[in-house]
Amino acid sequence: MKIFLKRTWLKRAAVAAFSTLMSTTAIMAGAAEDKLKVAFVYVGPVGEAGWTYGHDEGRREMLDKLGDKVESTYVESVSEGADAVRVIRKLAKSNDLIFTTSFGYMNPTLKVAKQFPKVKFNHATGYKRSKNVATYAARFYEGRYVTGLIAGEMTQSNVIGYVGSFPIPEVVQGINAFTLGLRETNPDAVVKVVWINSWYDPAKEREAAEALIAQGADIINQHTDSPAPVQAAQDKGVLAFGYDTDMTRFGPDAHLTGSLVHWGDYYTDVAKSVLNNSWTAEDVWGGINAGMVKMAPYSKKIPADVVAAAEKARTDIASGELTIFEGPIKAQDGSIKVASGVKLNDGEILSMNWYVDGVEGELPQ
Amino acid sequence: MDIDLITNVLFAMIRSGTPLLLVALGEVVCEKSGVLNLGQEGMMLMGAVTGFIVSVSTGNLLLGVIAGMMAGVAMSLLFGSLALGLRTNQVATGLALTIFGTGLSAFVGTDYVGKPLAGIAPLAIPLLSDIPLLGTVLFRHDPLVYTALILLTLTWAFFRFSRPGLMVKAVGENPDSATSIGLPVLTVRWLAVSFGGAMAGLGGAYLSLAYTPLWSEGMTAGRGWIALALVVFASWRIGRVLLGAWLFGLASIMHLVLQGMGASISSNLLATLPYLATIVVLVILSSNQSKIRMMAPMSLGKPFHSRM
Repeated sequence: MKIFLKRTWLKRAAVAAFSTLMSTTAIMAGAAEDKLKVAFVYVGPVGEAGWTYGHDEGRREMLDKLGDKVESTYVESVSEGADAVRVIRKLAKSNDLIFTTSFGYMNPTLKVAKQFPKVKFNHATGYKRSKNVATYAARFYEGRYVTGLIAGEMTQSNVIGYVGSFPIPEVVQGINAFTLGLRETNPDAVVKVVWINSWYDPAKEREAAEALIAQGADIINQHTDSPAPVQAAQDKGVLAFGYDTDMTRFGPDAHLTGSLVHWGDYYTDVAKSVLNNSWTAEDVWGGINAGMVKMAPYSKKIPADVVAAAEKARTDIASGELTIFEGPIKAQDGSIKVASGVKLNDGEILSMNWYVDGVEGELPQ
Repeated sequence: MDIDLITNVLFAMIRSGTPLLLVALGEVVCEKSGVLNLGQEGMMLMGAVTGFIVSVSTGNLLLGVIAGMMAGVAMSLLFGSLALGLRTNQVATGLALTIFGTGLSAFVGTDYVGKPLAGIAPLAIPLLSDIPLLGTVLFRHDPLVYTALILLTLTWAFFRFSRPGLMVKAVGENPDSATSIGLPVLTVRWLAVSFGGAMAGLGGAYLSLAYTPLWSEGMTAGRGWIALALVVFASWRIGRVLLGAWLFGLASIMHLVLQGMGASISSNLLATLPYLATIVVLVILSSNQSKIRMMAPMSLGKPFHSRM
């Protein structure tokens, strides 16, 4: 290892010595050609937790893994709209690969991509692709199913509160997967959902969590970005699942585990594919299997056998042995929605607009 | 609805009404002196971010609360130097203050997004908190909720019983007559504006230190505007500010509670309740022109030109 390091150092020294003989412009051009330049566009500030933080973690992991083959820049807090077009265009002028990490960047990305055919674009959570625009997203719902299994064992009141953002398929998938897991271990438990119509409004998230706790929920799950629901659970002495990033520190007693998104492997693979010219404008929808969905550390409050069962489900999902949306699945009114043995395809999952049995209340349409 | 649910809802109502109460209280005093400051949202955000940064850095929550109030005052002084010092249009200046505060708070708070903080803990008042129902609803809150109620009572007494209270009202009704009897119009307005700033800062700090102990960009989510509506709703009466704050607080949590109960009312629609209520009050008030003239401070929003 040491020798290797030394050799690299010698090589670098040689390059540096050689470079000094060249003109300044030549050095700059040389450096630009050597490294793959990767840029990221973030919707929020990086901060220390949440959606954007997760993407930045992925970026750093990519840098670690690919070492001096890549270099990266990012622009944070870019609002979705005209600003995004401006920022992406500016980045496209000096980068080879650009990740745009929010749904609202879909059209801006496509617009800029048309003008820069040589630059590769990867857009998160969108559905429109083109010659040089690929899309990617994570099967968040797989982790939700695992949290559901745990919730079924941990609840006393048999009521679980779920703080939802917007009633869109992405969120409904999570609620359904969670409820299927919950019912697997506890057929009597029900899920109450409260929509706050925002991705990020800590006060409203907290109010929603408190309203649910007031109505008997002893576990809070969330599909919003702030740790406010976990904080509310901590204060009220009930349990909670975090989301996106490990939220243990916001509720050390309340936090059980959470479904985490992990982009590092994907970003590394995409950067590699550009380096060896195998990049394609494909759509990747990865789950536990692809390393995109992981579980936050399990709380000590969860009994060992429950953790073991959860871990088994996790590995079974990864290996394909367990399919979450496989019949028989009952709809809310008790009728069979998915017949026994039938598996929902991705299109059906992506347009999910119905609740499974066990979810209370009507899904706003 | 069982009794536990009702207590919980009432408890949450008081909590979510508290930031509105604080901000509206400050704005009522400000408007009673004849100054309309639409910068509440910006001042709240600055109070929230400053309070949070100071609390995280020093580990002292009280210091954070004070810093939040100071930040609100600083913002209001900026407003004052423009609207009172240079006699700019108050509406435009207030709007600018909101835009400025929103941007500046996001800028200074960037490094603090997502940092954990143990917020202000609830303080059950001995004896009183043991009263069934009422004790749980009223006396198990965090200290800032009690502070808000005390400040409200003091402000009410100030206008009801004190001479300076009358001075503020006189300045807001007719600054020219106030000058002619020797009242320092601008000084009174400066003080009222600063009080408004301090309350807005405190309301913001309440959000970032007690309600949801964290900082995020734009976390007040329009509460400054609701507070402004609340002032009109309360028709500039201190007692009605309390009533309105609790009513608006109830409206903001009720749609969440109803959803949890499985009611199929659109949550978007329910979320508009505070604004609808304000419109209804405005309609009732304006049905009688002399009535609204009785209620609103006569010289509200008009810059004061001293004739001396």
